[in-house]
Amino acid sequence: MPVPDDQKSLRHTPLHALHVSLGGKMVPFAGYDMPVQYPAGVLKEHLHTRAAAGLFDVSHMGQIALRPKSGKVEDAARALERLVPQDIVAIAPNRQRYAQFTNKDGGILDDLMVANFGDHLFLVVNAACKDADEAHLRANLSGDCVIDPLADRALIALQGPKAETVLATLCATAPSMKFMDAGPHEVAGIKCFVSRSGYTGEDGFEISAPASDAERLAKMLLDNPDVLPIGLGARDSLRLEAGLCLYGHDIDTATTPVEAALEWSVQKSRRSGGARAGGFPGAEKILAHFDNGATRRRVGLRAEGRAPVREGALLFAGADAGEPIGQVTSGGFGPSLNAPVAMGYVPTKLSALGTKLFAEVRGQRLPLAVAAMPFVKNTYKR
Amino acid sequence: MTTTLYTPDHEWLAIDGDVATVGITDYAQQQLGDVVFVELPKIGRALKKAEAAAVVESVKAASDVYAPVTGEVLETNAELASEPALVNSDAQGKAWFFKIKIADKSELGGLMDEAAYTAHTA
Repeated sequence: MPVPDDQKSLRHTPLHALHVSLGGKMVPFAGYDMPVQYPAGVLKEHLHTRAAAGLFDVSHMGQIALRPKSGKVEDAARALERLVPQDIVAIAPNRQRYAQFTNKDGGILDDLMVANFGDHLFLVVNAACKDADEAHLRANLSGDCVIDPLADRALIALQGPKAETVLATLCATAPSMKFMDAGPHEVAGIKCFVSRSGYTGEDGFEISAPASDAERLAKMLLDNPDVLPIGLGARDSLRLEAGLCLYGHDIDTATTPVEAALEWSVQKSRRSGGARAGGFPGAEKILAHFDNGATRRRVGLRAEGRAPVREGALLFAGADAGEPIGQVTSGGFGPSLNAPVAMGYVPTKLSALGTKLFAEVRGQRLPLAVAAMPFVKNTYKR
Repeated sequence: MTTTLYTPDHEWLAIDGDVATVGITDYAQQQLGDVVFVELPKIGRALKKAEAAAVVESVKAASDVYAPVTGEVLETNAELASEPALVNSDAQGKAWFFKIKIADKSELGGLMDEAAYTAHTA
């Protein structure tokens, strides 16, 4: 069969052949040929992850080691603090934290995970941004750090209430980990970096393994009857129900962390009056948003009816109101809620829980209300 | 005696006299995946051939269903509103979308029979 033009240049993860053999429906995503779903389908894959365990290939994401030239991890942490509004110095060894690269206007260049591996930092960044992130790190931190993209590693997420017992059969040290612990662990004798985290709202793990061992490891996990392979379709509906941002949709260069309702991710030490206040790109604007509030805010939205309200739908204050007041940035059907869920930006004065709004879908104004996120209670093991 | 015809856009029509029952094909539901919502046209609406008549939504995306012929909507399948998954389980049976009064039977000439449709999706 001839390969369509748009697939000729697509990259493959180390698990590509496995996806194809499992019947994955492959689609282009962030330059990779990735499974959007397997034969079970998005709905079953989603519900299985919440009921048992799902295995996700997230090897397209960027894994980068930030190695301090001084040999002291604090120096890498201080350097990275020049690019993110988070307290990186305070990340204890074998812990990780959610962060954002910001730009000079206070917008978000990418969101990422930062782990302290004792002698270096380990970063996981979005697939679509990884080349730009790497260039950004080189341009700004090369004096202090060696920027080392770990291109020969796969990343496998195992998510769901059975993730711990499944991983425990291959990794005796996994059950002792708590949410956002991260460090080196042996999984089936393979030297891996394991974090207790993920992007589904469920307890679970992300396992970074050498590319050459990835398929063997994934197959061992899939041999467990509690584990199903999960595609990008369910990954998206799971993270949406969990109220988590998708970069390029819910957050981008035009949204500040405050507008995005990510204040929780910016520690006090980096805010006004903190020990290391400011000192990151866009600090003036972001700290002003902290101090004075922002005029718009990312909120959760629940529709009254059953019609999904999707990305791009305009939001209105009334059924007949003229000008849109905001826009949906992610939306779809939440299989665990058996109802539509969405998130979007609205004026802060219309962001209170329960505020009635309308979304325009195919020319009709559908009623919805501002709702608390996560939509589905998260089950992190803290 | 009914005859079933197909459009290139994966709708089926079961023709009985001057009334066509319209749905989406089994091939179409497989491509869409799990259907979670169906929006049907209003009864009495005058549809033009190829006009967007209904919407079928999977977890991932919304797709239009087009009017295969010109005519008036006589009846819609209320069961689809409460049980959209019928589209996956019985696309060419219980999951019919709407019935339309065919305004011009000559429009049927451009549609495919089952053999032609099977070849179209092969």
